[in-house]
Amino acid sequence: MVKTTAMNQPASEPKVDPHSEAFLHRLMARQLWLSIACAATFVVALIAVPLLNYYAPELMSRRIFGFTLTWFVLGVLFFPFVWVISYYFIRRSIALEENEARSVRDSANRAQ
Amino acid sequence: MNIDPWILTFSALTVVATIWMGFWSARRSKTAHDFFVAGRSVSVGWNASAISGEYLSAASFMGVAGMVMSSGYDALWYPVCYACGYLFLLLFIAGPLRRFGAYTIPDFAEGRFDSPLFRKIAVTFVLFIGFFYTMPQMKGAGTTLAYIFPGLPYWAGVVLVGAVITLNVALGGMKGITLVQAFQYWLKMFAISVPVFVLMAVYGHYGAHLGTNKAAETTNPSARAGQLMAAIERAPGSTSGSITSKGETDFDLGENQTRYYIFNESATDFGRQALKHAVTNRSFTHFADAVQGKEGYGFGMQIPVIRYGAARELLARMQGWTILALETRPELRFDISRYGDRKAFVAGLSEQFATNGLQLERLGNGQYLAYARTNQSDYAPVVSRLASREVAREPLPPKAPKDATWISPFGPLTTKPAQAAGLSAQQAKPYSLLYTYSLIIALVCGTAGLPHILVRFYTNPDGVAAKRTTMWVMILIGVFYLFPPVFGVIGRNLLPDLYTAAGAKGTDKVVLELPRILNAKVPMLGSIMSGITCAGAFAAFMSTFSGLLVSITGALAHDIYGRILRPRSTPDQRMKAFKLFAVIGGACAILLGFMVENFEINKLVGWAFAIAATSYFPLLFLSTWWRKITMKGAAIGMLVGGTLSLVAIASTMFADQAKWAVGLKSWFAQHPLERTLAEQPAIWALPLAIVLMLIISKLTQHTVPSDIRMKMLVLHAPEKLGLKQEYIQEHQAGH
Repeated sequence: MVKTTAMNQPASEPKVDPHSEAFLHRLMARQLWLSIACAATFVVALIAVPLLNYYAPELMSRRIFGFTLTWFVLGVLFFPFVWVISYYFIRRSIALEENEARSVRDSANRAQ
Repeated sequence: MNIDPWILTFSALTVVATIWMGFWSARRSKTAHDFFVAGRSVSVGWNASAISGEYLSAASFMGVAGMVMSSGYDALWYPVCYACGYLFLLLFIAGPLRRFGAYTIPDFAEGRFDSPLFRKIAVTFVLFIGFFYTMPQMKGAGTTLAYIFPGLPYWAGVVLVGAVITLNVALGGMKGITLVQAFQYWLKMFAISVPVFVLMAVYGHYGAHLGTNKAAETTNPSARAGQLMAAIERAPGSTSGSITSKGETDFDLGENQTRYYIFNESATDFGRQALKHAVTNRSFTHFADAVQGKEGYGFGMQIPVIRYGAARELLARMQGWTILALETRPELRFDISRYGDRKAFVAGLSEQFATNGLQLERLGNGQYLAYARTNQSDYAPVVSRLASREVAREPLPPKAPKDATWISPFGPLTTKPAQAAGLSAQQAKPYSLLYTYSLIIALVCGTAGLPHILVRFYTNPDGVAAKRTTMWVMILIGVFYLFPPVFGVIGRNLLPDLYTAAGAKGTDKVVLELPRILNAKVPMLGSIMSGITCAGAFAAFMSTFSGLLVSITGALAHDIYGRILRPRSTPDQRMKAFKLFAVIGGACAILLGFMVENFEINKLVGWAFAIAATSYFPLLFLSTWWRKITMKGAAIGMLVGGTLSLVAIASTMFADQAKWAVGLKSWFAQHPLERTLAEQPAIWALPLAIVLMLIISKLTQHTVPSDIRMKMLVLHAPEKLGLKQEYIQEHQAGH
């Protein structure tokens, strides 16, 4: 579905053994870091909204289309914000998997 | 109240369609594979619709709107976290869990740790959370049916919905309910959105309704002219008594003490806007009508300035009360010569005005002139504010929370424990913040740990499909969750009578009841819309209960019968067991449903989330990403986290309701911090569970499964590499 540059896997890399410790480590580390980065974006927003409500109530009770700012952010804008994170994650995560699969396949082909 | 034919028709159609689809798909479900995981061939679109259909329960469909209506802003965290919790599921759990390729969560638990004992522990939690989540669905069914057929006993709805869904699950298993749940998602989406659009078209949009709920006034200088009015409203001795007589141009108020304050500006937009507002806002209706008949445009406001006689005089001198040339400055001239305690009034007014940047000028003879130090460009936002406040409001009953606490964060929902301890609003705020964070953790992590949702991920063809499905689920339920709060907001303004009763007879009913007010505008439209929302409510608890029953039945038939009791049973026997256990599980659910008539739907669901967040979520998160976790670590962390949360929540419930726990109640009343932490335990129980898992796993490192690298590869490597096949062959050779 998504084409990305093979930034994670230079073609000239030596043999990739899917059963090696190095392969598993890299596989998990890359996916985990991607997940953590996406989760961090989300968690920051999740922590920020109550904090802003707490320390900047004037700002958060400003009116926008009749809504208070904080109501508008939480009740309306939060959903698309999370969709954007998940879309980014899916694209990157599937690209990472395709790279892993390709590197194993290429390496197996070279070995033959 | 008679039975509304439209409501009956739509609800009956939903039930009949569900039964029909059950039979239709039963013919397609043949193998055990179909029954447990729908042949692992459900496409992304179908599965996303089905998961969303299963997830949007009675709590989402009816409870969220009711909570927003009763608690205001704080309740928004529920829909937001219900939807956004899927992000954690997507980021950390969905893909790996599907790749492991189990049938149920206990399967995963046993396979990941090579421990039959852990399967038993996990099964207990699946059943526990499953039945917990089932009870509110049953309660929703009972109360909704009793709403449609007044006089029908509560148990009738429980039996009807329980029986229909049990039949469906027994006939078609997972494959059968996939179709039904997908259909029910779209039905619910239709049923929640269409009435909202119709209501907004007739009564004003979402923002306009919220706009009428005033928070503490802003200090925005452009709102000063608005503050002129607000300041007078707040002046000492001001009353908010309603006008009793109507219609007469002469405005005979009798001995009523109501006072008026008049803007009259026929030539400007402000005059027109003000009049529009005055006419639509019920408390000004009669007065504005009267003024309109005589002078064209006018704007009245109740204040204790002029006595009854003066009001008469005032009307006669309308021209003199004109806002003199709005182009330069809006101002107000008024006479208090006949007002009782003039000194106190003027002093109070001056103080109010000074803090708001307003001028009060004495003209002599008890006449005053008030104006805002402002120019016309400052005035424009006020006009638009008035325009946006064109929605009518019904008066709020005394039980309803006040506007300022309702629309602001840290309102009644999150301050309850602190307020019970008698703390002031300002003192309660830190507890309220703590409550909010703990609630967020419970809802977000709980979503990622609900077994009946997780089990649906096994029906995806592969890990990539599982991830794509999750993203679509987030979009489908996110769009859905935009709507229920609108019901709550409009309900507060137009149907505040619901505040007088509690729970299912009160605000929880707003989704079903609110559309009926449309009948006053267009005959039958309200009944049709209410019929649609009733059908949506039926779809809500039917689809969620189907999912729960499949999950419960899966645990009973697959884990307990197929793995623990009769490991040598054939797939055919297991399929028969599935059908039998579906009936047993359904019967248990109906019996449990009878017992929860007096519980609040959202509370019960909240419990299930808190328990899932502190037991299954840390288990799944660590066992997919940390290879050193051991069975003992996982089991102890999960048991301690889940059990302690349950005990903590139960203690607050007993303190509130049980007679023998009076001592606990008074102890909680003196300890708001403990009470907050007991009511929302996720903030300490989740870290506790994780820490226990880490420490005990470190101490029991020798029990890490020997083929852990292979297991982690299966969890994380793309299917294309074919590692799963190797793993299965190895395992079959090994066992």
